Amino acid sequence: MIRKVLFAFYLIFILLSIIFNFKIGIDIGKNFLSFAFSMLKIVPVAFILIGLFEVWIKRETIEKHLGEDSNWKGYFWALLLSATTVGGIYVALPVSASLYHKGAKLSVIFTYIGAAAVARIPMTIFEASFLGLKFTLVRFFVSIPLIIISSILLGKYLTGRDFRFSLE
Amino acid sequence: MIVLYITTLALLLISFLKDKRKTIKAFKIALKKFHKISPAFLVMLTIVSIIIYFVPNELIVSSLGKETKYLGTLVASILGSIVALPGFIAFPLAGILKHQGVTYMVLSAFTTTLMMVGIITFPIEKKILGTKVTIIRNILSFIIALIIAFVTGIVFGEIL
Repeated sequence: MIRKVLFAFYLIFILLSIIFNFKIGIDIGKNFLSFAFSMLKIVPVAFILIGLFEVWIKRETIEKHLGEDSNWKGYFWALLLSATTVGGIYVALPVSASLYHKGAKLSVIFTYIGAAAVARIPMTIFEASFLGLKFTLVRFFVSIPLIIISSILLGKYLTGRDFRFSLE
Repeated sequence: MIVLYITTLALLLISFLKDKRKTIKAFKIALKKFHKISPAFLVMLTIVSIIIYFVPNELIVSSLGKETKYLGTLVASILGSIVALPGFIAFPLAGILKHQGVTYMVLSAFTTTLMMVGIITFPIEKKILGTKVTIIRNILSFIIALIIAFVTGIVFGEIL
């Protein structure tokens, strides 16, 4: 409710800014639109892919490869999936919720979320072209082991603590 | 981006040819999830649009450039955690910073926290992971980002 009121204020502010040619409000409105468009280019497509994933991929498949009995290969699949993820954490999180409901284990899911932040292929290429390959390689090879270790610890900590993903 | 569209379209087509009902169900799932998470998206976009206005690139450049190595790294990591910049803005900005003499260690702290720690995306993350786990995950990511920054500093001969 408070959120709706605040958002209404925001909209009114932007509209008034446009009417009275108030620069701050117009710039903020432009920011909103440009980010909204860049997200709308990816998010609906990503959600359709998530929908297809939930319909077609059997729970047993995920359980076998990413579940409790999966060994190091589970982390490998998580890294591969994260590399091909597009968008950012706002795509990775809904995907992780789907993985959870299909029976993937927590440490694998957190590995996926963490890696999706730093190891997406298009983003990595972009980074290397601006900061150099050496920079990107250092970041990649230091971050991945740390992400896996912290995910295992987080998974261990949360197991048996009544933790659940929402957004079914 | 085009690859993504073509892949999705191809998968949709295959799915539709194999099973109409399942494909429609997939659409319904997509819609339901989108509907559930869109308020959190709106909150994030609103906050980002305001913050980007008040934290222009020049401010980031000036606050990272003049600090000392360690303080700069700390400032960079905090700034990266708060600010949310899409990659297509963040990396060119990092490139500019590099040319202005900002160290790789500081850049690493900035870009890694930018990607891994999300105070702005908190409303979305909270919706899926819950408040407690979201906080734990972000703190862990922050620590990881600092470690990466230090290793980067060592590798590039900026510290030790």
